[in-house]
Amino acid sequence: MELTLTLNGKPVTEQIEPGLLLIDFLRSHGCYSVKRGCETSNCGLCTVFLDGRPVLSCSLLAARAAGHHIQTLEGLQEEAADFVGFIADQGADQCGFCNPGFVMNTLALLRENPDPSDDEIRAYLAGNLCRCSGYEGQLRGIRNYLNSRKKEGGAHGA
Amino acid sequence: MINIQKYVQAESLEEAYQLNQKRSARILGGMLWLKMSDNTVGTAVDLCRLGLDTIEETEEAFSIGAMTSLRQMELHQGLNRYTRGMAARSLGDIVGVQFRNMATVGGSVWGRFGFSDVLTFLLSLDTWVELYKGGLMPLETFVFLKRDNDLLVRIHIRKKPGVFVYQAMRNQRTDFPVLTCALSCVQGEYRAVIGARPGKAMVLGDEEGLLAEGISQESAQAFAAYAANRTPTGTNLRGSAAYRTHLAEVLLRRNLLELGGMQKWN
Ligand SMILES: Cc1cc2nc3c(=O)[nH]c(=O)nc-3n(C[C@H](O)[C@H](O)[C@H](O)COP(=O)(O)OP(=O)(O)OC[C@H]3O[C@@H](n4cnc5c(N)ncnc54)[C@H](O)[C@@H]3O)c2cc1C
Ligand code: FES
Ligand code: FES
Repeated sequence: MELTLTLNGKPVTEQIEPGLLLIDFLRSHGCYSVKRGCETSNCGLCTVFLDGRPVLSCSLLAARAAGHHIQTLEGLQEEAADFVGFIADQGADQCGFCNPGFVMNTLALLRENPDPSDDEIRAYLAGNLCRCSGYEGQLRGIRNYLNSRKKEGGAHGA
Repeated sequence: MINIQKYVQAESLEEAYQLNQKRSARILGGMLWLKMSDNTVGTAVDLCRLGLDTIEETEEAFSIGAMTSLRQMELHQGLNRYTRGMAARSLGDIVGVQFRNMATVGGSVWGRFGFSDVLTFLLSLDTWVELYKGGLMPLETFVFLKRDNDLLVRIHIRKKPGVFVYQAMRNQRTDFPVLTCALSCVQGEYRAVIGARPGKAMVLGDEEGLLAEGISQESAQAFAAYAANRTPTGTNLRGSAAYRTHLAEVLLRRNLLELGGMQKWN
């Protein structure tokens, strides 16, 4: 069947098998940030945006994305650049495998709630599993980023 | 893993219904549960173009399309206003935000899963299920109906004035619950719902009038013990039957005390 969707701002049309999962479609289009962790909808590694909402590409048929806008980390580099340094500064990642899904869902969180509390961060990111860390480094990284943003905002505002 | 041979976005409920009469056909909700099965699906029938992904609120009721996501329900202001935040509290620990953006209320109710927070939550309200052929019926009846090839179209929640509380016990946030417990008092009638027993959620009323004089420490304890006693529990890898029975009593007592305004747990 024929599938047409928008991938990171560009229209793509292709013949696909009806059972093709979005994750495989995306990886075959060079979006290697989208990773398979569990494939049982549990780990969040395969997170992408469907019309701006975070979803699990391992559990979505590519066919259902027809006519929709899909974004992966490859298309959101600028938005992510702001805070990934803060995560790195904490040495939060070890193997780094969980990082793209984690970054995608943090972007979703900050779009929805620009000034989350620690509990709100924990709740929003609960579906992003990391096998190496204890999540504390990631939380500190996001907190530092938010604090720095507030300081900047304060300085500009003053 | 599931193997899909043909994929159709149905143009009408009638088309979806007709396609679903074949044994190898499957209706697609969020596909999260379906995907884990080992079936070969002849035709996957997607309901995503039928406008069933909205929550409509009137003075009397909520009407929730089958394709509405759990996340939409969790965030819906009207639903949370009516249930005093129980929508958010009961759904908010189901896996993660991305998951809840995909999982549908239709698939969750159709599945009639034993572990379901969704069923436990909805059973504590005056919830009705609208089937394409089967018409309207109380959720409590639907839960015990044999699966057939009908379509779940909408869920209706009648807004009778009431108070609602919810607690679940999980070994770890985002895991399946070990026990779920919802409690409501609608027009003076108490309904305790205990799920993840690990069997399907069941509803218990105050047939003995233990709460007739209102909620006190003593009556809460008495009703919690009575209800836990009458709730069959089982053992699986998340917990033993004895642990679940103990949890049922504790969570129900806490819910009663919260409903009675004597203690707040969440
Ligand atoms: C890893 C994992 C963890 C989970 N953890 C929890 C949890 O902690 N708490 C909880 O409450 N739930 C949990 N669930 C269940 C989840 O919340 C959903 O209830 C479940 O995935 C079904 O919803 P779905 O939209 O994915 O349905 P699908 O998987 O698409 O469908 C489920 C079944 O219903 C049928 N169906 C779907 N829609 C309709 C319709 N409109 N009419 C007729 N038939 C229909 C399908 O053909 C299929 O047989 C979990 C599920 C998974 C996969
Ligand atoms: S690979 Fe998609 S949730 Fe784990
Ligand atoms: S750093 Fe290894 S999985 Fe998260």
